[in-house]
Amino acid sequence: MEKFTRLRAIAAPLMRQNVDTDVIIRIERLIEADRARLGEHAFEAWRFLPDGSENPDFLLNREPYRRAKILLNGVNFGCGSSREGAVWALMGLGIRCVIAPSFGEIFFNNCFQNGVLPVVLPAASVQEIADEVAGDPAERLVTVDLEAQQVIAPSGKVHGFEIDPLRRTGLLEGLDEIGLTLRRETEIAAFQARDAKARPWVYRT
Amino acid sequence: MAGKTLFDKVWEPHVVARLGGDTVLLHIDRHLMHDLGGPVGLAELKRRGHRVRNPELTFATPDHAVSSAPGRTEDTNPTGGRLLRGLRAGAAEAGIRLFDLGEPGQGIVHVIGPEQGISLPGLTIVCGDSHTCTHGGVGALAFGIGSSELLHVLATQTLVQRRPKRMRVCFEGRMQEGVLPKDLILHLIATHSAAGGVGHAVEYAGSAIEAMGIEGRMTVCNLSIEFGAKMGMVAPDEATFQFLADRPYAPKGRSWDLALAHWRGLPSDADARFDHEITLDISALAPQVTWGTSPQDTIAVDGHVPDPAREGDPDRRKAIAQALDYMGLQPGQPIAGTEVDWVFIGSCTNSRLPDLRAAASVIKGRKVAEGVRAWVVPGSGQVKRDAEAEGLDQVFKSAGFEWREPGCSMCVAANGETVPPGKRSVSTSNRNFVGRQGPGARTHLASPAVAAAAALAGRIVDLRKF
Repeated sequence: MEKFTRLRAIAAPLMRQNVDTDVIIRIERLIEADRARLGEHAFEAWRFLPDGSENPDFLLNREPYRRAKILLNGVNFGCGSSREGAVWALMGLGIRCVIAPSFGEIFFNNCFQNGVLPVVLPAASVQEIADEVAGDPAERLVTVDLEAQQVIAPSGKVHGFEIDPLRRTGLLEGLDEIGLTLRRETEIAAFQARDAKARPWVYRT
Repeated sequence: MAGKTLFDKVWEPHVVARLGGDTVLLHIDRHLMHDLGGPVGLAELKRRGHRVRNPELTFATPDHAVSSAPGRTEDTNPTGGRLLRGLRAGAAEAGIRLFDLGEPGQGIVHVIGPEQGISLPGLTIVCGDSHTCTHGGVGALAFGIGSSELLHVLATQTLVQRRPKRMRVCFEGRMQEGVLPKDLILHLIATHSAAGGVGHAVEYAGSAIEAMGIEGRMTVCNLSIEFGAKMGMVAPDEATFQFLADRPYAPKGRSWDLALAHWRGLPSDADARFDHEITLDISALAPQVTWGTSPQDTIAVDGHVPDPAREGDPDRRKAIAQALDYMGLQPGQPIAGTEVDWVFIGSCTNSRLPDLRAAASVIKGRKVAEGVRAWVVPGSGQVKRDAEAEGLDQVFKSAGFEWREPGCSMCVAANGETVPPGKRSVSTSNRNFVGRQGPGARTHLASPAVAAAAALAGRIVDLRKF
């Protein structure tokens, strides 16, 4: 997994509420398309007009937001389906960090599995950053520093954020979670042996 | 010391290791796989050189991509056939029980789990599908996971999870005639938003839940994720035990007695504390229907869609205007009377026997309106057989409904079964998102009774006056 340490980039103030993973990536794209090419279909209902041409009104179709690596959003970003393809599609667009007041929980976990950082900030802070960026997004870059747990707005204003320490380390070091858990095989086996005595009906033989 | 909640009583004994803060390594008792995530997951696991640690705790069935056409074969939808063959091969190699096409146990993974007795009270259950919360209806702690977490479960039978906060939602009162479990949960989402449950494991309780059948509790738990909570559950009671007794994979004999003694201790203690509590009086609640593109866009079936001009919050105003534009509705119009093109009765929300009975009971000899296509897609082979034994298939067919084969079908539209662009559907499924039932499709979520009435009338109607 790619590490995430510090990112200084263009931030796109999409600022929509309840953006669901269906609208981020349609289900049939996950079946048809190569994982590496999902970015082409990200937000397709918003990004493209019915004739297949780009919708010039959609934020991520406009310069300089095409080059954004940070997405600013309203509440409950990534709600709905568990599809991890939603994270892959955002990565395909070049997004490495999403900042929102809250996230769909499965999407939130999926981000950490892919080196994408979801940052929870109060709605007022996200709005403040969005307002700062809006005037001149190509120059007014946003910095996300995972080590320091800070989002630094273009004005220099610092917004600290909370993150689970284990998730933070995982991103900073690009750790493989399965590899780490497999090292605990003895503990898992002991747990199951103990549990099979307490709850024999759980374990099918 | 305060007592324990149902959630705590399931979570705590499943902790294999504490990883710092509220994060733990959690044992997973049951892993369910379907045809979208299953084949890819098993192939990727092998590529990485890992084995399936506990194939006997893993179950698989095709549901997402299989055709629901009457008389289907695995290749009626060729993509579905390709995925199913991949799932079959992977499951056979790993020694995972697969419920294949034609078996009573084939169906929507969240229907077959409880129906087969695979999902039991107090178990931790995961599946690469967000509606895994459905299994909370039998008192399990069940939640959806992504592809990476799926691999983690296959390889280790555990997951790294952060303990959520606890919330209790009490539905109090007696449901009016024509009101179904779907209406209760839609009402919760409407009043407390699609983000209302974020960060919480929700326990549903109250007199309406106690009086509700197990299938209805599954419907309520199913929409937890639409409330923002990835886990929703109901304390197991005598009705739960009766529901599970003698199911194929439920414990038997002495094993059942042991399990039962354990299950009786699971309900939240009287002095248990929740981080958040909501109580809703549902005794005057009307049947509900959605008007927009989020499940929180829910109103009573005799209500009016909102007018963005009357909304104070600018973000909300914009969101309402965008939703109305997508849905082709006018601000402030009554929702009843809106003409419909498609009706879909099915999905992990509402495809069980009581759902089909509720839909069939609305028909009363009437016919599906001209110009409307109405589908009934039973949730599993077992539901289909049981419904046919009662003659429900005949009731539907003679009214002009299509009686189809079990699967997810038009809820997720992953099998090529879509509502055409710009067409309006009343659906018993769980998501009215932009493009969910097909690009440009306009979805109104409702109960099986409201959906059946819409099929007969050709428009959204207040079934209490229909």
